[in-house]
Amino acid sequence: MSRPLIKVYVPLDSAARALGADDVADAILREAEARDLSIELIRTGTRGMIWLEPLVEVDRGKGRIAYGPVTPDSVPAIFDGSADPLGPVEAIPFFARQTRLTFARCGVIDPLSLPDYETHGGLIGLRRALTMTPEAMVEEVKTSGLRGRGGAGFPTGIKWDTVRLTEADRKYIVCNADEGDSGTFADRMIMEGDPFCLIEGMIIAGLATGATRGFVYIRSEYPDAIAIMDRAIRIARETGLLGLDILGSGQTFEMEIRIGAGAYVCGEETSLLNSLEGKRGVVRAKPPLPALKGVFGKPTVVNNVISLATVPVIFEKGAAHYADFGLGRSRGTMPIQIAGNVAHGGLFETAFGMPLGDLVNDIGGGTASDRPVKAVQVGGPLGAYFAPHQFDTPFGYEDFDAEGGLIGHAGIVVFDDSADMLSMARFAMEFCAVESCGKCTPCRIGAVRGVETIDRIAAGDRSAPALLTDLCDTMRDGSLCALGGFTPYPVMSALRLFPDDFGLTTEAAE
Amino acid sequence: MRQTEGKPQAEGIHDIIRSLQHLEGPLLPILHAIQTAYDHIPEAALPLIGDALNLTRAEVHGVISFYHDFRTTPAGRHVVRLCRAEACQAVGANGVAASVLGTLGIDWHGTTGDGRITVEPVYCLGLCACGPAAMVNGKVIGRTDAARIGRELEGLT
Ligand SMILES: Cc1cc2nc3c(=O)[nH]c(=O)nc-3n(C[C@H](O)[C@H](O)[C@H](O)COP(=O)(O)O)c2cc1C
Ligand code: SF4
Ligand code: FES
Repeated sequence: MSRPLIKVYVPLDSAARALGADDVADAILREAEARDLSIELIRTGTRGMIWLEPLVEVDRGKGRIAYGPVTPDSVPAIFDGSADPLGPVEAIPFFARQTRLTFARCGVIDPLSLPDYETHGGLIGLRRALTMTPEAMVEEVKTSGLRGRGGAGFPTGIKWDTVRLTEADRKYIVCNADEGDSGTFADRMIMEGDPFCLIEGMIIAGLATGATRGFVYIRSEYPDAIAIMDRAIRIARETGLLGLDILGSGQTFEMEIRIGAGAYVCGEETSLLNSLEGKRGVVRAKPPLPALKGVFGKPTVVNNVISLATVPVIFEKGAAHYADFGLGRSRGTMPIQIAGNVAHGGLFETAFGMPLGDLVNDIGGGTASDRPVKAVQVGGPLGAYFAPHQFDTPFGYEDFDAEGGLIGHAGIVVFDDSADMLSMARFAMEFCAVESCGKCTPCRIGAVRGVETIDRIAAGDRSAPALLTDLCDTMRDGSLCALGGFTPYPVMSALRLFPDDFGLTTEAAE
Repeated sequence: MRQTEGKPQAEGIHDIIRSLQHLEGPLLPILHAIQTAYDHIPEAALPLIGDALNLTRAEVHGVISFYHDFRTTPAGRHVVRLCRAEACQAVGANGVAASVLGTLGIDWHGTTGDGRITVEPVYCLGLCACGPAAMVNGKVIGRTDAARIGRELEGLT
C-alpha cells in the first residue's frame, strides 16, 4: 500500500541559502531515506519572510504547512510531527496582509518549471498581448499607471510609447538588474524565484515597442540570480517562448544576460548602456534619451526588473485591476523591502499608501535588537533618513518627495538608537567617492571633500557644518546624475534630524 | 570553468576572445571569462583583446580599471567579501569587518602574507534582511560574525 507522496518545499533563494537552506534540504533527504519515506523535494524561491528562513513547507496531501526557521537538527521533529508548525504561509500575518501581484508565484513554484509557471497564471498576459496591437499594449501599460520601479518613477507606458514611435532597423529592451541599493533585494528575489515572469514581461515590452532583442544586465554580486535567469532563458528558447516564433505567433524576441562588474553607478541607465557596449560605465548626458538613442545607438527601453516583471500581471488581470490599488499617482503595488536592524525583515508587497511607521513597527516588528528605532533610510544610499516623527508619511512617490526624501527602489533600512548618524553621513559621502564615475567635479571631488568636512565636524570644527551644507548644495545643483546629486539627501537629513550626533545643539543645526 | 588549464596563456586567452567576439558589446564578457580562467586579467591579455576588438591597449586598460571586479594581479587563494553597506552596518557589519581584518592583519583589498586570503569590501549582496552578509569563495553567509568567517576558512590551505 503506497502512502500519498509527501511534497517538501525548501527555498533556493540566496537569502535562504545564506541562512543554511542547502544543509536543511540535505538533512530532509537523509531523514526521508532513513525513514524509508518517499518524498518529493522541490526547491522554490522565497516567500519573502527572511526572519523565518530557512522556511520549509510540507504538503502531506492536505495543503502546504510551513515550519521555520528550520535547522538540520530540527528536521527529524518535522518528520515526527512534533515540530511546531507556523501553519499555512497564507495565514502568517506578515504574508496575509500583503497584496501579491508581482510576487504572486515567488516562493510557490519551482522557478525553472514552465508548466508550474503556466499552472499559476504564467503566459496568460503574453497570450493576451499577442492578440493586441502595439498601440493597444502601450495603452494598457499607461492605463495601469505603472511607474518605473528602479527609482525615478517615470511612467512606463510613456517610455514605451517613445520607443514604439521611433523608427529604427533594430530596437532593444534592456532590463536593469543592477540592484545596487543597500536594503533592496526585490529584483534578486524575483529573478531567483520566478524568472519566467521577467522573461514574459520583456517579451511583452518587445512586442509593444517593436524591439526584437533584449539584455538583462545583472550585477555580478548575484551569482544565483545569474545562474537561474540563464537556465530560464535557455528553457524559454527550447520551448519556443523566445526566438523567431514566439508561441507560434510569427513574432520574434531574443534575449541574453550580461553581467556587471561591481560598479554601483552602472545602475544609472546611461552608464549601464555604456557598460553593455563594453565601455567605461561613465554616465552620458541626456538628451539624447535612451528611448531615442540607447544601446548601440538604437532606440532602447531601459526598465527595472520589477517594472518589467509587473507587466505580465497587468496583462493577465487587466490594467484597471492593477490601477485599482494605490494612492494618488502611485498606482498598483510596491514590493517593499524591510531590512537592517528589524525583527521581521523581508519583502512585503502592498498597495501604495501604507504609512512608513506601520511598515517599520507593525509589519517589521521594530528593531531586531529590541532597542528603540532611531532612524530609517528609505530608497538606498541616495535616499534620505527619516526619524520616527515622520512615520505617518504614506508610502508613495509624491508623499516621500514632499518630506524631502524618495522611495527609490523601495528599500527600508532600520537603525536602532546605537546608530551614529554622523558616521552614516560620512559613509554616504565615502560611498559616493568610491562609486563616482568621475565625469563631474562636484561629485568626484565634492564627495572626497564631504568626507573631510564631516571628519572636521567630528573633530569639533564649528565652521564645518555650514561648509558641509554649501558643499551639498553644490553637489545637488552641479551633478549630472543622482549619484552626486542625491548623496546630499542622506547627508543633510542626518545632519538636520540628528544634530546631537554632529556635536551640535538643535538650534545650531537649523 | 578552467577549460584553459594546461594551455599556454596566450593561446587560452585567444580561445576565450574567439569564442565571445561575436557578441554585441563583447568586451565585458571577454574580461569576465579571462578573469574566471586566470583569476585576474594578465597584462598579456591587453594587446590580444585590443587587436581583436580594434581598441588601443589604453582603451582596454581604461575599461579594466573602471570596474571594481577586475583585477590585474591574482587574489589570494580564498576570497572573503564582506558587505559594508548600510543595512549590514545597521546590524554590526563594521565590527565584524574590523575583527576579521584585524585577525588577518590586513586592510580592505589586502592579501595575507602567505597568499592565502584576500578580503574585499562589497556594497550589498542583496542579503540585507539577514545581515551582516558575507561571501566566502562564492558561498553566501547571512547573520555572520568573525567567528563564523573563521570557521569557513578553517582547514582551507
Ligand atoms: C547612481 C544610480 C544608480 C541606479 N541604480 C539603479 C539600479 O540598480 N536599478 C534600476 O533599475 N535603476 C537604477 N537607477 C535608475 C535608472 O537610471 C533608471 O531610472 C531605471 O533603470 C529606469 O527603469 P524604470 O523606469 O523601470 O525604473 C539608478 C540611477 C542612478 C542615478
Ligand atoms: S554625478 Fe557623479 S556619478 Fe553621476 S555623472 Fe557626475 S561624476 Fe558621474
Ligand atoms: S546591505 Fe549588506 S547585503 Fe545588502
